[in-house]
Amino acid sequence: MARKITYQQAINEALDQEMARDQNVIVMGEDVAGGSGAPGEQDAWGGVLGVTRGLYAKHPGRVIDTPISESGYVGAAIGAACCGMRPVAELMFVDFLGVCFDQIFNQAAKFRYMFGGKAETPVVIRAMYGAGFRAAAQHSQCLYNIFTHIPGLKVVVPSNPYDAKGLLIQSIRDNDPVIFLEHKALYTMEGEVPEELYTVPFGEAAVVREGHDVTIVAFGRMVLKAQEAAADLQKQGIHCEIIDPRTTSPLDTDTILESVEKTGRLVVVDESHPRCSMASDIAGLVAEQAFDSLKAPIRQVTGFHAPVPFSDALEELYIPSAAKIVAAVKSVKEYK
Amino acid sequence: MTKKLTRDDLLTAYRTMRTIREFEERLHTDFATGEIPGFVHLYAGEEASATGVCMNLTKDDHIASTHRGHGHCIAKGVDPVGMMAEIWGRKTGTCKGKGGSMHIADLSVGMLGANGIVGGGGPLVCGTALAAKLRGTRNVSVCFFGDGASNQGTIFEAMNLASVWNLPVIFLAENNGYAEATSYNYSVACDTIADRASAFGMPGITVDGFDFFAVHEAAGEAIERARNGGGPSLVEVKLSRYYGHFEGDQQTYRAPGEVQNIRDTKDCLLQFSRRVTASGELAQADLDAIDAEVKALIDGSVVKAKSDPKPTEADLLTDVYVSY
Repeated sequence: MARKITYQQAINEALDQEMARDQNVIVMGEDVAGGSGAPGEQDAWGGVLGVTRGLYAKHPGRVIDTPISESGYVGAAIGAACCGMRPVAELMFVDFLGVCFDQIFNQAAKFRYMFGGKAETPVVIRAMYGAGFRAAAQHSQCLYNIFTHIPGLKVVVPSNPYDAKGLLIQSIRDNDPVIFLEHKALYTMEGEVPEELYTVPFGEAAVVREGHDVTIVAFGRMVLKAQEAAADLQKQGIHCEIIDPRTTSPLDTDTILESVEKTGRLVVVDESHPRCSMASDIAGLVAEQAFDSLKAPIRQVTGFHAPVPFSDALEELYIPSAAKIVAAVKSVKEYK
Repeated sequence: MTKKLTRDDLLTAYRTMRTIREFEERLHTDFATGEIPGFVHLYAGEEASATGVCMNLTKDDHIASTHRGHGHCIAKGVDPVGMMAEIWGRKTGTCKGKGGSMHIADLSVGMLGANGIVGGGGPLVCGTALAAKLRGTRNVSVCFFGDGASNQGTIFEAMNLASVWNLPVIFLAENNGYAEATSYNYSVACDTIADRASAFGMPGITVDGFDFFAVHEAAGEAIERARNGGGPSLVEVKLSRYYGHFEGDQQTYRAPGEVQNIRDTKDCLLQFSRRVTASGELAQADLDAIDAEVKALIDGSVVKAKSDPKPTEADLLTDVYVSY
């Protein structure tokens, strides 16, 4: 298994292989092919950042450009899923949730329950998220916590190419609506990815690094920041255990609690705003269920309760850094 | 042109409209006793619309409905006995008592659900229609929505999308004159909802929603065009609801005598009965027999609903996910 591809290629490959395997899989969104009705190339873009490039030619009729009409086409993907298709709708930036949230949280998320278990909505909604591109307040948010709050949705935040492929294949095959979130800053990340089809199950955290001093729970791109911090801390004699939940819903609470019971110390790293966040959710979980194991207060390293700023000088301050994680880990390790 | 209605078709039309009316009148009576939980929005008065449209559909065609959805459910073939149990919050209900009046759905008969969100169904039918188109079936999808929903962006987006993709969708606007308590004359900027069709490159027509035959024919033409690849249409049906926005609404916004006047002069069942008996196509005895049959069905559904069990704690967390 020596082949290395990028996070972006891993997502493209998962879509391609699943479309080849199952004719019910369709891809739709703004410019997922690009160029529809235009005089130039028919497959001009492959998504705004090229993630779906090449799929249009390989799967004729099943890669469908949509008008800029998120409620319309996200809802259409949900409706198609209700009658047995397996649509993958691309919302482009997760920030655009605001113009189509009703279809996601009042329709797709609730059908199974509201209809007494007799409806299935196997839709996947893909979206880019995260800061670091100087994309400012309306194109840089995380928002996975908002989806996580809604029963009926599953929420996936892969942190590396291997997980991205396996989790996306699982998402497409899953019979519930899945929100699949791709951190923009990870698209170029390379990693070993098997060529064959495989799935990564939902609700199973990855223990990215083992250690006995402090548990760090981190999501998406923050897993990389946590690894950077842990390598630094190792040199200082502090051994961190890093847990990547991989899915925020379902959440693998067992792995988190077991680790905290071992280390007695927890730092949660979450790029999103701090209030009602995954960080506060996990801090609450551990405070309630592993209180007796704790040797120090839980620390949360997050963005701020402010919109993501534009200027690089400000955005770099906004995004949780390895240095901040190092400081948080040291503060809980040294707590008396 | 749609095919001529047979005697059996006429009997079916009458039975469906009568079933909806009886169902709704019974709910109106029972709701007043305080025994029925939650919000209930009655369809009485609008029966010719659901019936006229759905008689052109098969089980494999899809409809999306509204918060005022009982009539659409019955016309599309959802079992009224299960519906009554659902509205009473019973485990034996169509949705195991987890949906209630506003969320009755039965995908096995192509009913995508009543919907608590005004305008929520437009995008969904674009999806069922897209699936039909990709699979090469001749199935169509109908989105029922009201004059209130006609102002929602989701409906505009869905009409544009259906036209852009040439989908087999019928946008069926049931204009009963009131969005909750606000008049259509106030809230809709153009003269008719059907006028909006041209903005989305599709044909639009306004028909008398008290006249089953007019609805059946207009919807039939639009549905036939969609089945044959001719794309979407907008059909506006003008009608009236006999009760409030929800049960308990005192309807102080309506003119004195407005509803009674419509009941006396335009009622869809009244008009239908007069026409088919005058033409000799059906006898009064045929209609009376159906009335008795339907009354027994609805009476029985209420007796059953009242005695059926409610869901229990064991049902609280089931059906959220297929697995989690």
